[in-house]
Amino acid sequence: MENASVLTIIISAILVNNFVLSRFLGICSFIGISQKVETALGLGLADIFVMAMAGVFAYFAEVYILQYFNIEYLRVVMYILIIASLVQFVEIVLKKVLPSLYQALGIFLPLITTNCAVLGVALLNVQYNFNLIQSVVHSVAAAVGFTLAIVIFAFIREKMESNDIPEPFKGFPIALITASLLSFAFLGFQGMI
Amino acid sequence: MDLNLLLTPVLSLSAIGLVFGGLLSFASTQFAVQEDPRIAEINAVLPGANCGGCGYPGCNNYATAVVGGDPVDKCTVGGPAVAAKVATIMGMGALTSKTRMIARVMCHGGTNCVNAFTYKGLDECVAANFVLGGPKACKEGCLGGGDCERACKFDAIHVNEDRVAVVDMDKCTGCEACVKACPKSIIDMVPAPQLVFVDCKNKEFGGHVRKNCVNACIACKRCEKACQFDAIHVINNVAVIDYDKCTNCMECAKVCPTKCIHVVGGLPVVEEAS
Repeated sequence: MENASVLTIIISAILVNNFVLSRFLGICSFIGISQKVETALGLGLADIFVMAMAGVFAYFAEVYILQYFNIEYLRVVMYILIIASLVQFVEIVLKKVLPSLYQALGIFLPLITTNCAVLGVALLNVQYNFNLIQSVVHSVAAAVGFTLAIVIFAFIREKMESNDIPEPFKGFPIALITASLLSFAFLGFQGMI
Repeated sequence: MDLNLLLTPVLSLSAIGLVFGGLLSFASTQFAVQEDPRIAEINAVLPGANCGGCGYPGCNNYATAVVGGDPVDKCTVGGPAVAAKVATIMGMGALTSKTRMIARVMCHGGTNCVNAFTYKGLDECVAANFVLGGPKACKEGCLGGGDCERACKFDAIHVNEDRVAVVDMDKCTGCEACVKACPKSIIDMVPAPQLVFVDCKNKEFGGHVRKNCVNACIACKRCEKACQFDAIHVINNVAVIDYDKCTNCMECAKVCPTKCIHVVGGLPVVEEAS
């Protein structure tokens, strides 16, 4: 993956190795915040923003601190620190600069702190030995993939509201079954690249 | 052992933490949003039960709305006391106090009311109500399933030994949670100082009402004739008290043949001996 082109990375992150449906990262928010398309989209947009930022910062932390001092074993701790602070920072700034967007994102911003997709993308960037540009592209594409998955899922769940679902399957059971079917569908992209 | 092996990670991680901590504290002062200080003040005065009685999801939302121009007396839990405090914060001075409203279950049927059939199912009013409106012969009667009891956040309503829900008038805050929870809609909001109530809602007429429930209003209109203040009327076969006109003279309760008109604390014993 080291010399992968930008296009390859984008297609790979969005479709083939979709973060939610193939890598199973960020499942909690995928299941938790997908009852409505509107909120799902809100979370997705917030995620794109945070993951892009996290990709950049994690890259610099990786190159100039972890590798420089030979303390790669602190990677996860370091990344969590960075992501948590970053989200806090973004929240404070958004509240001041773009109150409307802050209102729209609401509770999702703090929630993203604990979204494993964010940590996952930072760790994967290292695993693939991506350079800065590749890291950013991969981060954004992964977040777009996450958004795509959660929005599709939210659409289906909104449709299911009006369906006649057997009593024991109502709520989360049918949501999990739907998620697995959606995952199957995305399995079709496997082998594209 | 190389000391650097220990120092580098500790120092670099602390440095990062320090940098981000500094950044955040800088941001929190630099990007501080000027929030109306009154919001925090009102929030401190509000009961903090987040019951939703005011029509907002939580106390904080209501506090924000008050600053935005909402009436100060919407908090039913806090009542006039909180409204006065909120008004002071908003610089509106003392308010004309609003009568405290509390919930009352307008039924005294329970075990006094016969069952039309035997209901075997979930011990919940909503569930029982789905089956032909519940097992009670009176279709306006309390089912005693305790939906209101579960809805109450203030431990103010309980199903008593007669299988009828009764509101604790001292504990009731008037949040209307039970009113919304009752599938029979037999819980009314009444002014707290009121002492006389017609505890019946059945709208049927005649003898079979009495057969169904010994505590039912049979629409005999004797209360209407006894009232000197034009405050009680039989509407749709059930006596209804106009709380604005009622003087709590209890004459209606004395003449009621089925004793469906109740007096808080019981009807005073008439000293006929003297």
